Amino acid sequence: MSNEATLHSQQEVMHGAHDHHDHEHHHEDNFISKYVFSLDHKMIAKQFLITGIIWAIIGAFFSVVFRLQLGFPDATFPWLESILGHWAKGGRITPEAYYALVTMHGTILVFFVLTAGLSGTFSNLLIPLQVGARDMASPFMNCLSYWFFFLASLVMMASLFVQTGPASGGWTMYPPLSALGDASIGSKIGVDLWLISMALFVVSQLLGGLNYISTLLNMRTKGMSMTKMPLTIWSFFFTAVLGVLSFPVLLSGFILLLMDRHAGTSFYLSDIFIAGKALANEGGSAILYQHLFWFLGHPEVYIIILPAMGMVSEVLAVSSRKPIFGYLAMIGSLFAICILAFLVWAHHMFVTGLNPFLGAFFVLLTLLIAVPSAIKVFNWLTTIWKGNIRFTPASLFSIGFVSTFISGGLTGIWLGNSSIDIHLHDTYFVIAHFHIVMGVSAFFGMFAGIYHWFPKMYGRFMNNTIGYIHFWVTLVGAYLIFWPMHYEGMAGMPRRYFDYSSWTSFNQFGGLNQFISIVVILVFATQLLFVFNFFYSIFKGRKLTEQNPWKATTLEWTTPINPGHGNWPGEIPEVHRWAYDYSKDGRDFIPQTEPIGPNESAH
Amino acid sequence: MSGFLAVLVIVLIFIVIFQIAKASEYVSILKGEKKARQQSNRINGFLLIAFLVLGLIGVYYCNNLLKGKILGESASVQGEGVDTLIYVTLAITGVVFVGTQILLFWFAFKYQEKEGRKAFYFPHNNRLEVIWTVIPAIALTVLVAFGLKHWFQLTSDAPKDAAIVEITGKQFNWLIRYPGKDGQLGRRDFKKIDEAASNPLGMDWDDQLSKDDFMATEVHLVVGKPVKFVIGSRDVIHDVGLPQFRMKMDAVPGIPTTLWFTPKFTTKQMKEKTGNPDFTYEISCDQMCGSGHYSMRGVIVVETQEEYDAWVAKQPLQYSLAHPAPEAPKADSTQKTVAANIAKP
Repeated sequence: MSNEATLHSQQEVMHGAHDHHDHEHHHEDNFISKYVFSLDHKMIAKQFLITGIIWAIIGAFFSVVFRLQLGFPDATFPWLESILGHWAKGGRITPEAYYALVTMHGTILVFFVLTAGLSGTFSNLLIPLQVGARDMASPFMNCLSYWFFFLASLVMMASLFVQTGPASGGWTMYPPLSALGDASIGSKIGVDLWLISMALFVVSQLLGGLNYISTLLNMRTKGMSMTKMPLTIWSFFFTAVLGVLSFPVLLSGFILLLMDRHAGTSFYLSDIFIAGKALANEGGSAILYQHLFWFLGHPEVYIIILPAMGMVSEVLAVSSRKPIFGYLAMIGSLFAICILAFLVWAHHMFVTGLNPFLGAFFVLLTLLIAVPSAIKVFNWLTTIWKGNIRFTPASLFSIGFVSTFISGGLTGIWLGNSSIDIHLHDTYFVIAHFHIVMGVSAFFGMFAGIYHWFPKMYGRFMNNTIGYIHFWVTLVGAYLIFWPMHYEGMAGMPRRYFDYSSWTSFNQFGGLNQFISIVVILVFATQLLFVFNFFYSIFKGRKLTEQNPWKATTLEWTTPINPGHGNWPGEIPEVHRWAYDYSKDGRDFIPQTEPIGPNESAH
Repeated sequence: MSGFLAVLVIVLIFIVIFQIAKASEYVSILKGEKKARQQSNRINGFLLIAFLVLGLIGVYYCNNLLKGKILGESASVQGEGVDTLIYVTLAITGVVFVGTQILLFWFAFKYQEKEGRKAFYFPHNNRLEVIWTVIPAIALTVLVAFGLKHWFQLTSDAPKDAAIVEITGKQFNWLIRYPGKDGQLGRRDFKKIDEAASNPLGMDWDDQLSKDDFMATEVHLVVGKPVKFVIGSRDVIHDVGLPQFRMKMDAVPGIPTTLWFTPKFTTKQMKEKTGNPDFTYEISCDQMCGSGHYSMRGVIVVETQEEYDAWVAKQPLQYSLAHPAPEAPKADSTQKTVAANIAKP
């Protein structure tokens, strides 16, 4: 038990480099300040996570409802009428309801779950814990960040209940459809609420992002140089940079849209004849909005996937008992992805009439992203090679992440090539591509993170058996759902269709659609099992008996089992080495807090 | 009632799974953490390798099942290039896909935790890193080069002799206009749109070029002859999707766009080729445009020059529909359908 000594070493090796925060026991928390308007980054992380889980259930349930329509276009489900009323008259949803569900599914999952729920949770939880800080640079801003997100959630939730329904023009909210109430029932008050909610959401993201960046740049503990940080922190760093630089552009696009809707401007509107009359707007460009939207929209997919990459890197190293392979190359590729993320947005717009010469540069830069992505995949493969892998639910989800990231990433090479994109644009191929690479993968990264750091969050374990069932059903189900969609897309089957039966080119997939819908229901039920496991384990899970259950090197495991506000009861430990000394010199692992020994080999 | 039963069954299954999970947790505590971990490692290691094998078989099976229902031969000359590029990309990404997935699941299975195994401390290796930076970079350069070659061909100017057809999207159908004998489309202004006066496109009747333009309910094209679509929209963004021709272009209000291609097979030939008597070339709207998006279907008929000429001869000029002579002869059935189509809101 050589670890025994190291576990307690933090008590001994304390130098007075850090100012003395006597955070423990210095104030009594009441319910409001502890659980509601908490300033503790760990509690805020939990708030983000639980809000995200609630949104995920709603968003996923919406997909079950519209998959019922796609799989069984002729069947009726009377219970739908009971919950949706006239939106599902006779037990079959209307096209308007279908489009509202599709739009909300996208908005909720992309922004509220995979942005706020994923990076909001883990940036908050892990940045102070892993860099060795008592809390965020500004705990108050951090608290505001959550509550702005909460407000955004309330407004979005309210939009579900207005009489004309929520926004229904697709999560990208392209004008003129989203600008004109006459064009779609969802573009009445629904879009206003959507825009307000998203504006609040952007505020939340900026408050959070600035905080993450300043914390990890300024508040690292003694010895924690940038190149000693775990890859999780690096990925949260790049995620926050992406968000801070691109969300304001999205907000400006939204403000222009709001003005087109209510102030009579013509930023996006021109030459429109609708509802029996010609509008006065001239000279605007509907394409301008797409540029502004995708300038965030593309970095957004990396905002979603980078935190997952970071957590997977960490979990794979811990569970393989091996250092992550090519630590510097991993940082370099994160950096490359971060830069390229800003230079590829127009690949979403190859068929908008974009200048083909300009398009050529976007093809080149888009396919360039495959290089850092390939480096990451090969590095993960080499990390598990010759390891000694423990299959915890977290490590299984990490392996699943690598698998789906490969599958979904490779189809990106298809779509990034503009000539192929002409045929596949806005078909089911695109749905398959981004659901696998940023939906399933990001969720796998998130699940890996939840299973891995649940003991740190709640001082208890989640149930492993349910975790294994959750993993296997989800992995198999995800492939069964999305793999065949590539074929539908190759046939040119368009996205966002309510019903395909009147089309001779696309009606050959009726049986397949039914199959997919059934799998969707099974996978959804399995996610509920996970949610149950999560909440049950908070209260009844097996208790942690040691500080460092996974035998990891990083700082968060040097805190007490249930750390108070301030994280370390004594001084913050000093860091002497990188985060990946696993199986070095015959030792299972060496914590970051242990000084480099005289006879130690270099890495 | 059946819904209630279904919920009951699901809840029961949940409870059973939960009880098993709880019991197995107690068992693992009794057995000791190490032993429990070894057992779950063996099971999951086996499942990983089983998933790999069954997954690859599944990929093969899925392909056999569905390959007959997709692509088919491109119905346009230009689409052949797209298909070639798809197959080249499929070959490259396919090899990478199979290779990396095998490595991933094989490594996970092979290097699962075993008594006495020591993990290999292997933090980095510059040569390996360079290899897997350079090889993908080369492969992607090839793909970019191929892709851009086709891209510039596809987006090049249409040949001078190409026929011209104007397609304008509106919620929720397509308005199709032919330039008539002069081969040139007349001016349009969205402020002149007047459905009641048979002018759904806002054609400018002062423009001489407008006088011989005619509108149709279907697009008719001549096989083997290049055609250029001039694409626009009257309200929101639509998209002219032509899956069999491998073509697609957005219809944006205020900004005209174009695409061109050369149809290779007549509709009749395609019916024989596909063995599907209902085969139709369809225009699908590929950009979300409102509640009727899914029903925004257009039809293209590709035919021989003779058939096409006969069809053109039957099309009434839009000018004469908009300016009916006081004692005009009774309109024939084609006119009626055109007028009915136009009258749709």
